[in-house]
Amino acid sequence: MNFDFSDDQKQLRDQARKFLTEKCSPKAVRVVLDGKAPYDKELWKGLAEMGFLGVAIPEEFGGAGAGHLELCVIAEEMGRANAPVPFSSTVYLAAEALLIAGSDAQKKKWLPAIASGEAIGTLALFEGKGNPAPNNVKLTAANGVLTGVKKPVPDGAIADFAVVAARIGSSGRDSDISLFLVDLKAGGVEVKSLTNLDPTRGQAEITFKDCKAEPLGAAGEGWSILTQVLDRAAVLCAFEQVGGSDRALEMGRDYALDRIAFGRQIGSFQAVKHMLADMYVSATLARSNSYYGAWALSTNAAELPEAAAAARISATQAFQHCAKNNIQVHGGMGFTWEFDCHMYYRRANAMALGLGSLSYWEDQLIDRMRKKNAA
Amino acid sequence: MNFDDTPQEAEFRATARAWISANAPKQYEDELRKSSLGRTALKSADILEVAKAWQKKKADAGWACLHWPKEYGGRGSSPIERVIWQQEEGPFGQLSRMFIIGHGMCGPTMMAFAREEHKRTYLPPLASGEKVWCQLFSEPAGGSDVAGLRTRAEKDGDDWVINGQKIWTSGAHYSDYGILLTRTDPTVPKHKGLTMFFLDMKSPGVEVRPIKQASGASDFNEVYFTNVRIPDHQRLGEVGDGWNVSLTTLMNERSAIGAAVSTGFPELFEYCSSLMLDDGPAIEDRAVRSKLANWAVKASGLKYTSMRAISALSKGERPGPENSIGKLVAGSMIQDVATYALDLQGASGVISGEDAELAGRFQAMLLRAPGTRVEGGTDEIMRNIIAERVLGLPGDIRVDKDVPFNKIPTKGRG
Repeated sequence: MNFDFSDDQKQLRDQARKFLTEKCSPKAVRVVLDGKAPYDKELWKGLAEMGFLGVAIPEEFGGAGAGHLELCVIAEEMGRANAPVPFSSTVYLAAEALLIAGSDAQKKKWLPAIASGEAIGTLALFEGKGNPAPNNVKLTAANGVLTGVKKPVPDGAIADFAVVAARIGSSGRDSDISLFLVDLKAGGVEVKSLTNLDPTRGQAEITFKDCKAEPLGAAGEGWSILTQVLDRAAVLCAFEQVGGSDRALEMGRDYALDRIAFGRQIGSFQAVKHMLADMYVSATLARSNSYYGAWALSTNAAELPEAAAAARISATQAFQHCAKNNIQVHGGMGFTWEFDCHMYYRRANAMALGLGSLSYWEDQLIDRMRKKNAA
Repeated sequence: MNFDDTPQEAEFRATARAWISANAPKQYEDELRKSSLGRTALKSADILEVAKAWQKKKADAGWACLHWPKEYGGRGSSPIERVIWQQEEGPFGQLSRMFIIGHGMCGPTMMAFAREEHKRTYLPPLASGEKVWCQLFSEPAGGSDVAGLRTRAEKDGDDWVINGQKIWTSGAHYSDYGILLTRTDPTVPKHKGLTMFFLDMKSPGVEVRPIKQASGASDFNEVYFTNVRIPDHQRLGEVGDGWNVSLTTLMNERSAIGAAVSTGFPELFEYCSSLMLDDGPAIEDRAVRSKLANWAVKASGLKYTSMRAISALSKGERPGPENSIGKLVAGSMIQDVATYALDLQGASGVISGEDAELAGRFQAMLLRAPGTRVEGGTDEIMRNIIAERVLGLPGDIRVDKDVPFNKIPTKGRG
């Protein structure tokens, strides 16, 4: 049994950590946090040069042709560094949708541009309140033209193209939904930036007004493709969340060792020690569930839907838990803008919603476990 | 990343599986599979006899205490082979429970500190289950604070004379031998005045009294020592070095990797899958599903944490510290799971025993559960261990560290 990453993959993780420690310091993250730039362009360019953006994209489409396990270790480091770039929307959502359902021409057009850092992509799924569900897709597609409003769209204000979920029928079945590809720079859309919990990753509202679009995948297959995309993204996001959890735990631990109160290191008080021990427990459970998700993703196993939901829930809980208690360990200083704790708190809570809420994934997990047991 | 055996592991697994399939007491398989926390007895037979017979059969064929050297009754297997054996033994592994302390703690301590002739005499019958061992550490005055123990050992010629009381001794009532931690010098600080021995539990002056637990059952005992004589050659380690000897024992207790921890989740999921509530199937209720999902990811998180440790063993590496979370997570989880299973039963959840839902499976679990959060290290001690040994936080301030043992206060008030 080798339920672990290989030495090469671990080396890639070290390489990514070294790169991000240099190029993505908290100071660099703050440039975006403070609203001085929509994302870190230099970092994005650097990630492309390192080959990280196309790590799971086949060589014939301009990528490194490695695989999803390699992408998982990079994702962990992106989460650890709180990287202020459109990595998850472009790489986990847009690129994966293209890899699953894109025609050869579509892949040739967009995947090399993603790998080289020239194109930012996203998935336009949500339309206001609600979780992923066919019934929540109201935007219509008729004769290759989209009409409707999507929000929130992650990194929508800086994206060059979007994969858009659209309604093509009203039978009440999943087959009412198709996916489309939209070049956001070609007109027919209005894009508005939205204020959001985590300013280091933008959210937007995109209005499609008689916008031209080309189908992505077969008509009526949209929901089935989306489900696969969301499962893959759930595993990849889980690794970001695991990286973020570990970093928040380390920050709390380090502060508990440095800070003196009542004449002692605060890390010598059991109330603080036990809080940090519980954070370690959450982070460890999340890591192990995420490894299982990585295995299922990389082998395209039948267990992927269940493994992805478990990774999603566990990693979401861990990151929220570690991020909030990191602030608690820091006391008042943790609640200042100046300390970095709130950046992880913001990221943790934004990520908890991005692919659908925790309660949505809980429901998914039980459905999928029942299906497996019935099979 | 994969879950595959190496060719050698696969070969070992096939051999183990074939032997178990041909030899295990299959007539008890169903009952053992259905056993859960607080309920492991067999209806049709004395579980101790069945367990001893199975252990002897394994020993005769070379399948007992796999990781021990052959000359002491083991198989000389690698750590990963031991894990594979546990996986293959499956429900029959439940029958090893009465030997866990002896095989997991007493044996390794004997191996590290006993004289060679004692090892050759005592270890093989321990491995084969013909002799059962217990561990006599905890006392009324020293639970989590083991080094606070007060049982005295005083030198008298070539013997030591023991007086005092132990508590929470698992299986003392059916044990043949025990390892015993005593205080030999009360005038030095507490960790420095301890000495370890092993003794025959049938020695004159040893009295075993079962403890009636809060659950009503009796798995543990009090053991009283009145002028019990132990020859000096049964001392383990140097006089005054008992604390270090006991650390060997306790480290072995916590290093059991791959042993399945019981969370109660599979039982609850199965129960909810068929349970009807007032307004429909439980499994379709949003609140029930949310609870189940939260426990599901804890259970799977523990399972795959264990897989990571097993992978390290498979590669011949030392597993990381992550395995230390198992007992902490599972202990309180099984208590919560049992509480919730009863909640789903409404007022009738109060009924326990044969008349209850599933013959009282969850009621028995609930009543046994508080013990799991205490035995083998309380939740609080486990958190301290994670905080100190994994995260590198400072140890607790120990006000009695440099005080002679007989000067440490013994009462909180008055």
